Amino acid sequence: MNDSVTNILLVGVGGQGILLASEILSEAFMLAGHEVKKSEIHGMSQRGGSVVSHVRFGNEVFSPVVPEGEGDILFGFELLETCRALPLLRPGAKVVVNDYRILPPSILLGQAEYPKGLAEKIKAQFPDFLLVDGQGLALAAGDVRAANTVLLGAVSKRLSIADEVWQQALEKMVPKKALEINLKAFALGRAL
Amino acid sequence: MKEILSGNEAIARGAFEAGCLVASAYPGTPSTEILENVIRYREINASWAPNEKVALEVAIGACFGGARALACMKHVGVNVAADPLFTASYTGVKAGLVLVVADDPEMHSSQDEQDSRHYARFAKVPMLEPADSQECKEFTKLAFELSEQFDTPVMLRSCTRISHGKSIVALGERVNDLPAPKLVKDAAKLVMLPGNARVRHPIVEARTVQLSGYGDTAALNRMELRSDEIGIICAGVTYQYVREALPEASVLKLGMVWPLPHNLIRDFAAKVKQLFVVEELDPFVEEQVKAMGIPCRGKDIISLCGELSPGRIRDAFAAAGLIAAPVKTTVAPEVLPPRPPNMCPGCPHRGLFYQLNRANAYVTGDIGCYTLGFMPPLNAMDTCVCMGASISNGSGIVRSLPPEEQRRVVAVIGDSTFLHTGVNSLMEMAWNKAPATVVILDNRITAMTGRQENPASGFTLDGEPAPEVNIPELCRVLGIKHVRVVDPYDLDATRLALEEEMNRPEPSVIITNRPCVLIKGAGRFEKGAVLEVDQGKCTGCKACLRIGCPAIEWKPDPSGTKGKAFIDPQLCTGCNVCQQLCKFNAIGGKQ
Repeated sequence: MNDSVTNILLVGVGGQGILLASEILSEAFMLAGHEVKKSEIHGMSQRGGSVVSHVRFGNEVFSPVVPEGEGDILFGFELLETCRALPLLRPGAKVVVNDYRILPPSILLGQAEYPKGLAEKIKAQFPDFLLVDGQGLALAAGDVRAANTVLLGAVSKRLSIADEVWQQALEKMVPKKALEINLKAFALGRAL
Repeated sequence: MKEILSGNEAIARGAFEAGCLVASAYPGTPSTEILENVIRYREINASWAPNEKVALEVAIGACFGGARALACMKHVGVNVAADPLFTASYTGVKAGLVLVVADDPEMHSSQDEQDSRHYARFAKVPMLEPADSQECKEFTKLAFELSEQFDTPVMLRSCTRISHGKSIVALGERVNDLPAPKLVKDAAKLVMLPGNARVRHPIVEARTVQLSGYGDTAALNRMELRSDEIGIICAGVTYQYVREALPEASVLKLGMVWPLPHNLIRDFAAKVKQLFVVEELDPFVEEQVKAMGIPCRGKDIISLCGELSPGRIRDAFAAAGLIAAPVKTTVAPEVLPPRPPNMCPGCPHRGLFYQLNRANAYVTGDIGCYTLGFMPPLNAMDTCVCMGASISNGSGIVRSLPPEEQRRVVAVIGDSTFLHTGVNSLMEMAWNKAPATVVILDNRITAMTGRQENPASGFTLDGEPAPEVNIPELCRVLGIKHVRVVDPYDLDATRLALEEEMNRPEPSVIITNRPCVLIKGAGRFEKGAVLEVDQGKCTGCKACLRIGCPAIEWKPDPSGTKGKAFIDPQLCTGCNVCQQLCKFNAIGGKQ
């Protein structure tokens, strides 16, 4: 176990902007002077399938994949996927979740039901828990597609990285025309 | 200057810094982004090839002309490129030649998890294996240098976690003192007739011995001595997992996995009490260490299947009683509804697979997004072996069948896969008059790997307009008499085309003509009017659910047994396929 490393997992469904969020996170950690590694899967799994992105930072990071049971922060873009990732966490891990559901095929077809009370269940196991209305706050910032940045803002509160570093990372990674809305969305998340 | 780069981006950067002039590849996860990043460096002539064999031959040609050249592919691509690889090993090079191969342990996006290290040994060429993005860049540069120093193609092996992992890389400058490419006749070295090849073979064997000696002292193989209780030989991403899982262990980190540095291995083995080889997939290094007469362990505790991780290594060593069992303090996994990959809303393949299912077709499949036609509720794929196999598998299967079963056989293949290796198969089918039906799903792009151009898409890698292969005409000149184009969004036309061609006791081809919904631009995908379900007219018959569109949701009625269908306006592309399934006219344009 490597205690000098912070392990972040970003989970959700292909197409939710998870890659961009993990890129901004990694950029911020590098700018703050940390060693950073990140890993995710591209290709077939991204056609609407589950996506897990691993981001690790600290003094010396070896594996690009978070060791099982050592996740420190879970950053969930979708409730069901957040639940699926809980076994990757260490006890006492922090969980920030978007209050949002994307239905998998079996549920769309009426063959299964979306499990109820997921947020409460997560909170019972991980009390350091924040449920975020990502879509609602993104809409308030000007574009529902900025939900990933709202969540990033909420996660940023749980990391000791200065405001100006986040600003710099966002400026570098977000396309110019979307920057203003994303900065607003980030600030709304950070204020939670 | 430092940047966070993926392994693939770093390999591209390494090729740039090494002065590479020509690069060629066929897209394949997890290797695709290498060439997509190489093209950002305008000094390099980079282009997609129709398949991996052609890509490697383009790179070999460029190297014969004196240019440092790069070819990239996924592990199974090397099977296609094996023919030129084995003989390029004999010819050697005229300038650095590097073949990057990206393996996919765990088969995140592949049909098998073959271990391409065997190719290095089989073709007798050196193979380097980087362990992070910085090494991806450095080893790519080194591979070009070793290629010239030892007169050999050099393979660089990545894997999913290296190619798609990101870490910090210090950037360098491009070398600018390389000799300019020019034609130099050297037929005795480059014309591999038996007489010439017999001269080259002993040179190849001597080269392997020299490279092993190089590996004994070169910095790319590194001994890290810590506790002498456990010593581990490892390479690539596995090195990172080992450092994480067994921080006290001594490590011999191999940067070159073929040929192995025999003296260095003996030296390391003598320094530790128990020697292990930890490697993903096959016992490639382990068997050679054992053949050297050095006792070691590896696959008796580590799985042959799937990728490794710090946890899997820790568990394996704990199960063998070598370290204390890790404390399991995590939440137990729960059974939750799975989320498999699915075709996109509006995907032009959906209607075709719906009709194939209805026609009771036996579908020989191929590699691409449309392999998802296997998934419920479409359930319309019966075989899938490798790129191009759909047509030849179909051609083969009909030969043994009675006529009433012959008609059921339909091969499905995408445009890019057809041009990759399907053309040869169709030539065979026409030539030998195999009475199967082929459907070419022409969505005008190589979709699964992230939308790369192909010879029929009208553009090159750098976005320049290019000649387009005329697929219907190509089928005709191959000898197929019955070629027709159908709109897969038109369910009746698709059903009729399938019915007629399946009943025809001759080879025939149907080409679907709708572009991938993810490609934008003139003449490509255009979104239609978004549809909605008229809740008054919906009878809850579930007919629209049979196409498995992610935009259609079944909402059970809270009071009774029946429910109704809803269409998510954010996801609907207006393809109208579901509308054609509704007998009650409940689906229409959104008001």
